[in-house]
Amino acid sequence: MKARIFVTLKGGVLDPQGRAIHHALEGLGFDGVNDVRAGKLIELDLADGTSDEDIDGMCRKLLANTVIENYRIEKVA
Amino acid sequence: MKSAVIVFPGSNCDRDLAVAFEAAAGAKPVMVWHRDTELPDDIDLIGVPGGFSYGDYLRSGAMAARSPVMQAVAQAADRGVFVLGICNGFQVLTESGLLPGALLRNAGGHFVCRDVALTVDNAQSAFTSRYAAGETISYPVAHHDGNYFADDATLDRLEGEGRVALRYAENVNGSARNIAGILNDRGNVLGMMPHPERVIEAAHGATDGKRLFDGLVEGLMARA
Repeated sequence: MKARIFVTLKGGVLDPQGRAIHHALEGLGFDGVNDVRAGKLIELDLADGTSDEDIDGMCRKLLANTVIENYRIEKVA
Repeated sequence: MKSAVIVFPGSNCDRDLAVAFEAAAGAKPVMVWHRDTELPDDIDLIGVPGGFSYGDYLRSGAMAARSPVMQAVAQAADRGVFVLGICNGFQVLTESGLLPGALLRNAGGHFVCRDVALTVDNAQSAFTSRYAAGETISYPVAHHDGNYFADDATLDRLEGEGRVALRYAENVNGSARNIAGILNDRGNVLGMMPHPERVIEAAHGATDGKRLFDGLVEGLMARA
């Protein structure tokens, strides 16, 4: 079983990386970009039967810092 | 007075911090490896040094905060043992929940490495007793992720309880309310981005950091 964890900065948390990407896109002539926010994708290869609770615990205890980040779990069959 | 300095893979200010502890206390600190699960008995002071623990993987300080030794550090802090986290050490302390908030990437996107002016906001703490309230001092900073972030309620609480120990006298990295160093609620844990251990002797070109270590050790010895 696989799970993909998307970690993103919460709204209101400054993202200098996203801003730099935005700036670079504009430099390439892409004018239609309103905003860029960068995040992380973490792919987990899990033992079958790993509980949702455990996956959530992994996110809360390590993969995301919930002071500044949100996470979304996507289970892949 | 017994002190310890924690060493993670990627720490690079551990020896400087050990020299600063020894200069103030007159005894060498014990260097404790990140895999150790226990700290020496009767420890009075723990240093969590700067550097790039675990290569800053995942988030700065995130892996170190979950290392075996940090559980022992958290238990010691609970018992009232003093803990000083500098730079990456501050990041480790926020990641481990010993201090509130988080350190984000510098607002300007750049690694900042230079001397900065700081204002001593709270001169009553064990760490700042040799400074005067409102005094301006200078420590070097050297970090990429020093932009202190916490929600407004937390910031208000920190300010209301006198837990902002140090502030930048200028906007260095985008930190909320120019916060450079904060205390926990009991006042026995201090996390700060600037490096006092880099300005403790004349050969460093400045000695503003020496009073932090001298005052801290003096207070701890008086307690013992």
